[in-house]
Amino acid sequence: MAESKWTPKEPMVSAKDVHKSFGDLEVLKGVSMDVMKGDCVCVIGPSGSGKSTYIRCINALNPIDSGSIEVEGQEVNDPHLDKLELRKKVGMVFQQYNLFPHKTALENIMMAPMRVLKEPKDEVETRARELIKKVRLEGKEDSFPGELSGGQQQRVAIARSLAMRPDVMLFDEVTAALDPETVKEVLVTIRDLAEEGMTCILVTHEMGFAREVANHIYFTDRGVIVEHGPPKTFFTKAKDPRTKEFLSQIL
Amino acid sequence: MSARTLIPGITARATTDLPVLKPFKGKPYGHDEIGFSRFLANLSPWAVVCVVMLLALWPMAAMAQAKYTIGDAFDALWKWVPFLVTKGFALNILISVTTMAIGTAAGVLLGLWQISPHPAIQKTAWAVTQAFRNSPWLVLLFIVMLAFPFEITIAGVTIPIPDWMKAVFGLSLPIMANISEVVRGAIQSVPTGQWEASESLAFSRNQTLWRIILPQCFKRMIPPWMNWYAILTMATPLVSLLGVEEIVTLSRQAMEGENNHPELLIPFYGFCLVIFFAYCYPIARWTISLERKFSVKL
Repeated sequence: MAESKWTPKEPMVSAKDVHKSFGDLEVLKGVSMDVMKGDCVCVIGPSGSGKSTYIRCINALNPIDSGSIEVEGQEVNDPHLDKLELRKKVGMVFQQYNLFPHKTALENIMMAPMRVLKEPKDEVETRARELIKKVRLEGKEDSFPGELSGGQQQRVAIARSLAMRPDVMLFDEVTAALDPETVKEVLVTIRDLAEEGMTCILVTHEMGFAREVANHIYFTDRGVIVEHGPPKTFFTKAKDPRTKEFLSQIL
Repeated sequence: MSARTLIPGITARATTDLPVLKPFKGKPYGHDEIGFSRFLANLSPWAVVCVVMLLALWPMAAMAQAKYTIGDAFDALWKWVPFLVTKGFALNILISVTTMAIGTAAGVLLGLWQISPHPAIQKTAWAVTQAFRNSPWLVLLFIVMLAFPFEITIAGVTIPIPDWMKAVFGLSLPIMANISEVVRGAIQSVPTGQWEASESLAFSRNQTLWRIILPQCFKRMIPPWMNWYAILTMATPLVSLLGVEEIVTLSRQAMEGENNHPELLIPFYGFCLVIFFAYCYPIARWTISLERKFSVKL
């Protein structure tokens, strides 16, 4: 594979005219977006509009049918793509946490750096303990996922992804399965990350969070991006009737 | 209304316009994986003894005139018991253990091939699994018995293959296929989110399988695996049809040695029943308790 000549001045994630179908159902009908390094981008929209499918395409969990997605200049829609190399750069957090139930919180975080990046155990452990601290879970190192609340599990999942030192983090409705009280602790963790300059792409229904933290918002409906812009103008000066309707229903 | 076809493909007239409860959906396959152990474990140990005793009474009444009494038959059995257990039943256990070892090793491999990403491997493994899972055990046994040489010569050294070893190969085939299904079922019972999470952490497929998925489903495989061991042990007398000198063959020989009195039948075969039950019953109880324990803790 050719060494990519990507520089931080170019978009870190660049999607162009992405199409994706499941059987007869076309889920993405030409999605394009550029995400610069350090951006925090929120993708919002009604259920079934293709938001989750889209971010799962970015780390090649779903292959795309046509178009192009480049991550740091590496084409994802390439039959010879080294998926593992791509996924070392792209972290992902899921709605259902998907922690490994047979491993403790600390082991969940340490596994990938040790087994995939082959880093020495001491180093990884030090970093894992720092990450536990960062997601405010000191004392839970040796707890199994089953012993943690949803919000705590989700923060372990975030730490697990961060342990791989990714360049981009994808969040797929990470608060959708949580109690209202625990949503906040997860959002605060993500906000801290964004403020430290981590490039984040979130699929979310948390409008308050989108307004406060995101620097760009995309509204998708039925597989296309209907409207996008910075939160200031997006929430107050939406032009498209579909965006207006959606915002009026949830704000 | 009544003329309308409510269910595609069903043309019979609907007999009611009222809402109808859909048929109850039975328990999924996984719950019946240990059906045999469930049945066995629910038997009262006394039930088996009582059945054998009742059967034993029947010839006593029918042949009370004969000189050879049922008491004599039990005396004869008593004399033969040590021989039947140490030479006969011990071989049944040996056959069941070796078969299980070979069947498990081959079955795990076949089960892993069943979830292979390569369609050719996956389809072949599926076909092999289905073929051996749905074949009569006795037919498989006969094929192996007749197809296998009685000795093999490797580099000038001739190694004889005893009949019981050939029987082991024959029985290993259906066990392999059933273990293959156990493995496939257990792997597929792990939520797909686990695959996605480890893939997105850049684990390779093999790493995902060995480090994430298999450790999670190992426990789930134990009860059905033990269930198959009990079924297999109960099936080992099949090999007596092929002349292997296990407990049933030896019982028959012992009865011949006692002049084939019909009174001998019930005590001798009854003893076989009881000893198999005594061996498999605790295994079944253990299987059930493990299954309960593992299904609670997740």
